Amino acid sequence: MITLNHYLILAAILFCIGFYGAIAKKNAVAVLMGIELMLNSVNINLVAFNRFLSPGEMTGQIFAIMVIVVAAAEVAVGLALVLNIYRQRLTTDVNDLDWLKW
Amino acid sequence: MINLAWLVPVLPAIAFVIIIFLTRRLQMVSALTSILAMAGSFIISLGIVFEVLAGPVTMDNPVELSARWLEVPGSVFIQAGVLIDPLSAVMLFVVTFIALLVMIYSIGYMKGEPGYSTFFAYLSLFSCSMLGLVVSNNYFQIFMFWELVGLCSYLLIGFYYHKDSASQANKKAFITNRYGDFGFMLGMFFLFLLFGTFNFRELAAVIPSYTNEALLTVVALLIFVGPIAKSAQFPLHVWLPDAMEGPTPVSALIHAATMVAAGVYLLARGFVLFESATTALIIIALIGGFSSIFAASIGLVQRDIKRILAFSTMSQLGYMVMAIGLGSITAGMFHLTTHAFFKALLFLGAGSVIHAVHTQDIFEMGGLSKKMKVTTWTFIIGSLALAGIFPLAGFWSKDEILLTAANAGEYFGIPILGPIFLILGLSVAFMTAFYMFRLIFVTFFGEEQPGSHAHESPAVMTVPLIILSVFAIFSGFIGTPFTPNGFAEWVYYGEPHHPHPNYGIMIMSTVVALAGIWLAWLIYGKRAISAEMLANRFSTIHRILYNKYYIDEIYLWLFDRVMLGIADACRWCDRKIVDGIADGFGDGIRAMGARMRFIQTGNMQNYALVIFVAVVIIALVLAVPVLGGI
Repeated sequence: MITLNHYLILAAILFCIGFYGAIAKKNAVAVLMGIELMLNSVNINLVAFNRFLSPGEMTGQIFAIMVIVVAAAEVAVGLALVLNIYRQRLTTDVNDLDWLKW
Repeated sequence: MINLAWLVPVLPAIAFVIIIFLTRRLQMVSALTSILAMAGSFIISLGIVFEVLAGPVTMDNPVELSARWLEVPGSVFIQAGVLIDPLSAVMLFVVTFIALLVMIYSIGYMKGEPGYSTFFAYLSLFSCSMLGLVVSNNYFQIFMFWELVGLCSYLLIGFYYHKDSASQANKKAFITNRYGDFGFMLGMFFLFLLFGTFNFRELAAVIPSYTNEALLTVVALLIFVGPIAKSAQFPLHVWLPDAMEGPTPVSALIHAATMVAAGVYLLARGFVLFESATTALIIIALIGGFSSIFAASIGLVQRDIKRILAFSTMSQLGYMVMAIGLGSITAGMFHLTTHAFFKALLFLGAGSVIHAVHTQDIFEMGGLSKKMKVTTWTFIIGSLALAGIFPLAGFWSKDEILLTAANAGEYFGIPILGPIFLILGLSVAFMTAFYMFRLIFVTFFGEEQPGSHAHESPAVMTVPLIILSVFAIFSGFIGTPFTPNGFAEWVYYGEPHHPHPNYGIMIMSTVVALAGIWLAWLIYGKRAISAEMLANRFSTIHRILYNKYYIDEIYLWLFDRVMLGIADACRWCDRKIVDGIADGFGDGIRAMGARMRFIQTGNMQNYALVIFVAVVIIALVLAVPVLGGI
């Protein structure tokens, strides 16, 4: 029997993997992918809560679709930034992106 | 004529403007502009004097013309005005007359000096300020002109500004006078706070009914600080001897006859205030008397002809201040008038001598009587008048003061004061006669200096001397006890007190004056007593007197040690404590910033981590109360 907790644990694992990717990866594209994973783990949570706590309503699912739309926009902007940085600096290593430092 | 009184100060002001902006290159035109303007003022003043003496204008019934000047509705109201009574009329006459003669004399004395036109411009500006001061009808206006005469004095003392001693002297005069002006200003504002007016007549109406005598005493003494500095009274007298660095006509006009008398005039003008504060009056008399004997004793041993006269001036001003302090503005103003004539004469005579021999040390002169007959005789007349020999001017005015001194005990109800002030006055009279005739015997008689090319001064210089010597002889007769309707009926406070001839005092003053002359003759004329022997015998006293009681040195020491010490302490406080606190805040914040900036790595993953941790912490904090301890 798959319960709500199973979904939540899956989402938590997925979030941690995404977070690790966002924090620890050097490649900017990989960082963006990590962020996508985190967003998707949130989506799993939303849909799971919707299914188990208030099955008659669609709030969670609609909210998940909203998150997917925002994530798509965010990735578009993010990739455009990465592309431009690469053109300027010939690198996508986030450790090198520290020009605003003192 | 009285309606034209406002023109008296305005005419010299116009002359000043014309000279400064138009005729600076034309020396004689400048001199004549100045003299013509002064002559105009003099004629108007003469008219005013005659009108005042003939007409119904008295001390109790003066003529006052005034206009609104500055007004802050509901709080401050200041007039610009003219107050003509016998007191100001006499001063107007004295100032315009002496200024006119000094200007004529300056044509000859300043001949060939650079800045000839400027000199006359300054003299005109000074006359304007002094006359403005004399006719003022309120304290505020008098204070304004008071500052202006101070400025002119500064400009004229420093006329030879390329000489270091002159530029030091004018700074000294200016700064010393600032001390006095500060007191005067405080006193004046106090008066305004208490009574809400600066006007002399309005003040005279309300002050006598004011009951808080302690406060009045404080105000009176604050105002008296002004005259202490301006009239060179102890302890703010130090500027006057140094002021002799100016050209001699300036010394005659400003530092002997008129400006230094402004302090005495102010005391007479505001007498109602001083009279209401008896303690202040006694202090004024004591300071005047002390200054008088203090300066006379210094004058005994000085070598510089102008400095001897300067100390004599200080001493005589002390006499006047003492007379006013003892309650008689008649005696003070009478002596001011006669003194103005003979002291101007003496200074102009000294100028004539300096012009001839080009030195100021009396021991480098000698035997001038044969070569400079007019100067010698006029100088002797001036000295006799100053020494108070019957029947010259100084005798009558000094007699008035001694009479006042003798009555001091009665006036204050403290019997001991009478003899004290009388003895003080007589000793000063003795010293005065001595130092003046020491000066005469050494300068005009005695041995001629080898290689001296002294010659009599031109007529433009000797004629003013002759005119002044006529006044030095006869001006006393306006105020003798035997003159009906004389000075005492013109200038008085309250009720006129006609002086009764007191033959005892007359004889005493003549005896001490003659004794002084006789002693001077023994030492410096006949040389029966050796001056060197006396100087060696009393070397300590001689040294103290010659160095003017070391007052200058004491002030320098006070300044160097105490003032600069305090200033250093203040600077330390300011730099270390006040600035330290302000700078400390800045430094502290900057140091904090210097540490804190290392948090900013510029690495976005770091920021992301921090944000995440923060969100987790906030979430926990918010969640714990809701969920309880799961």
